Amino acid sequence: MQPIIRQHPIRLELPDFRNLGTILRVVLAVNAMTAVAALVKEPQAELWTTQWIDMTAIVEPYLILELAILYTFAPWLFRQTASLGAFVIAAVTVAVGLGLHVLIGRPYSDAPFALVRHLLLALSAYAILLVYFNLRAKALSPAIAESRLQALQARIRPHFLFNSINAVLSLVRSDPKRAETALLDMADLFRVLMRDNRDLVPIADEVELCRQYLELEKLRLTDRLQVEWHLNNMPENALVPPLLLQPLLENAVYHGIEPLATPGVVSINIFSKGGDVHAILRNPYRSDGGSHHAGNKMALGNIRERLKLHFDAEGSLESRVRDTMYEVHIRMPYRTAATSASTVEPASGVGKPAARRDESGPALRDARTGALRG
Amino acid sequence: MADAPLRVLIVDDEAPARRRLRDLLADCVAALPIACVGEAANGREALELLHAVSADLVLTDIEMPEMGGLEFARHVLKLPQPPVVIFTTAHDRHAVQAFEVNAVDFLLKPIRVQRLLAALEKVPRLKPVSTARLDALAPTARRFLSVTERSRVVLVPLEEIIYLKAELKYITIRTADREFLLEESLTKLEEEFGHRLVRVHRNCLVARDAIRGFERRVGDEGDAHWEVLLKGIAETLPVSRRQQSIVREIGRENQRGAEASR
Repeated sequence: MQPIIRQHPIRLELPDFRNLGTILRVVLAVNAMTAVAALVKEPQAELWTTQWIDMTAIVEPYLILELAILYTFAPWLFRQTASLGAFVIAAVTVAVGLGLHVLIGRPYSDAPFALVRHLLLALSAYAILLVYFNLRAKALSPAIAESRLQALQARIRPHFLFNSINAVLSLVRSDPKRAETALLDMADLFRVLMRDNRDLVPIADEVELCRQYLELEKLRLTDRLQVEWHLNNMPENALVPPLLLQPLLENAVYHGIEPLATPGVVSINIFSKGGDVHAILRNPYRSDGGSHHAGNKMALGNIRERLKLHFDAEGSLESRVRDTMYEVHIRMPYRTAATSASTVEPASGVGKPAARRDESGPALRDARTGALRG
Repeated sequence: MADAPLRVLIVDDEAPARRRLRDLLADCVAALPIACVGEAANGREALELLHAVSADLVLTDIEMPEMGGLEFARHVLKLPQPPVVIFTTAHDRHAVQAFEVNAVDFLLKPIRVQRLLAALEKVPRLKPVSTARLDALAPTARRFLSVTERSRVVLVPLEEIIYLKAELKYITIRTADREFLLEESLTKLEEEFGHRLVRVHRNCLVARDAIRGFERRVGDEGDAHWEVLLKGIAETLPVSRRQQSIVREIGRENQRGAEASR
């Protein structure tokens, strides 16, 4: 029997060493630890900074070399199980320490204990960082579960569900074929909404989902809803968190189109630029439609959190009002199945968003699925 | 009387929803004589239509552009022979609760033909919902004020109102072009439109957007007071001693607005 509540055992996860946010966090944390060590070692206030600088002279080359190695082998590391990966990183840490000691380490210190000391300190710093990244992932991951819940309870508003059913009912007699297509679109949409949305999906899948959703909305709003797609420069294989765009489009229709008596345009512009993928959504904006903004903020907040979880500092979401237009701008790194942590399996349905079993994060991969795959 | 068909008007902003209701009404014809007298996409269109055709019943959606169903129901009461209004809604638990509490008739979308028929059969016994009960249902401010003139309902968009002035039994609505007479309470209007209208005198509310400035006037006996200068009309309005604080408040706002636009 399938357990109703899925248990997530404690599991090891490795950060993405090609992520700017990860690199920044590591550099800052190690320097902070060095500063603390200097504080412990040097009781005199005026000599503390000198002590710190002396220490960074040893720590910094060590750190940069290690990060460079991890950056280079990041894709390979991701293919290993997390525990093996963690062990390999520890080994790299020791190797880099030894290497530096042989090359430039000797002049700094003659004490035979110096090497052992350096290695132990480096390994402790590594252990602290590993714990930190795992705690951080755990803190952010409720956003995913929440997105699923929100999608069911709030985003797919009863408003949308019942009005769509009503629209389909109006077609059943006059245009049964179209009613059939509409019901199939609805089934697809709800399938995606109800599944466990932890994995990144190709952006083309998300776009397909959005198309199906907008088809349903067009059914009831007819020509009041005009959609403009600008996808010429869209990298189809770019990976994005699922349900990244659909909730935003739902907001666009609800806040932008439905209050208008005249037809309105929702435009979606997806393109890649300088190693990033951008998605810009626009819809008409009315300043006096004040009552629904809480729901909109909730959706934006959730998407922002998921971008942070998957892409750290490299993902962002900004929204603004430009005259009579409301605009949401999403920026995220261009990741593909080949470059990212979790490889995306081929879609199980034809032309439909991939229904995926495993739950590994993209930037954070878990040992369990890695082990299954390995 | 029993043979006269029930005249029904359908109001919904979604074309498929209107078609669905039409189909359902057609299904009811066998059981009850019904005539669908028209369709409208929002409350404003529906009011316009009701000047040309008369209806016994209006089936109206709630959330619509231009004018929603609840506001429509309030204006419709000003017709000489207002039709019964039954709301149709697909959502909004809170609205549904309010309907139940206030015993206002509504149908949940998607509508079942049996439910619709039961509602239609009840119509001849129903009375139009009172303004007071509609007030309880609609917490949001109206977009129009309405007055009856020669048995027509004339809508005055809120943005066009320059001031409202209580005089004896009536309230005068002043727009740039003309005046209308309204039978409502100034206090209630102030509560409803407080974000837009500001009280300058015991008997007068002025639209914030229509205020051009203030002028100090000295009377014959040397007593000074402020007058409101208005956009679009030459008329000015006195500010009472009690409301004097608004002169500074609005003066400051206008200054800020002018700086922002500079």
